[in-house]
Amino acid sequence: MNYYETVFILTPVLSDDQMKEAVEKFKGILAENNAELVNEELWGLRKLAYPIQKKSTGFYCLFEFKAEPSFIKKLDIAFRRDERVIRFLTFRLDKYAVEYAEKRRRTRAEKASQIPAETVEAVEEAVEVKEN
Amino acid sequence: MAANSEIRYLTPLTVDTKKKKYCRFKRSGIKYIDYKDPEFLKKFLNEQGKILPRRITGTSLKFQRRVAQAVKRARHLALLPYVTDLMK
Repeated sequence: MNYYETVFILTPVLSDDQMKEAVEKFKGILAENNAELVNEELWGLRKLAYPIQKKSTGFYCLFEFKAEPSFIKKLDIAFRRDERVIRFLTFRLDKYAVEYAEKRRRTRAEKASQIPAETVEAVEEAVEVKEN
Repeated sequence: MAANSEIRYLTPLTVDTKKKKYCRFKRSGIKYIDYKDPEFLKKFLNEQGKILPRRITGTSLKFQRRVAQAVKRARHLALLPYVTDLMK
């Protein structure tokens, strides 16, 4: 089992429900292939640094998981087949990266418990959506 | 005659002492460079979004490779631009 991290960008044309459904679909693929999901982050709608498929925003999702190396090929194919995914990146974390990821997760958890940061993020997202 | 050749300055001479460059990752003990933080990576890019050479930033070879890797990942995910003008 290796430690992997994957980030993918969904098209901004989807509705909230469709987004969730797409994320659930990939979670399902992970679960089917005995991959252990360690962390999941939805960064929400973000501006892209350059247009991809003529779109200037994208919905970012991050998964951290433990899986067999053979699973990565399957995941790759699943991403390519799905039209809603406009960009993805999967890679194996080395020992320093794993350390960093754990630390990051802890600090994020602390932040979330101290102040309701998610509500702030949600408001920011809503503003972004309106602007577009 | 010796007194004439003595030059006096009103302000003390500023002798250029070269400040030694150092690798900030080694000094601060950073082991992993996160591609998810484009603001941090921008310190290693020039105005056009190109990666700055080691001779300017002073980064050690080991970490220069990791910076390059992180920047390239960030570019792929559209967190950083491949080409741009006036990034900062």
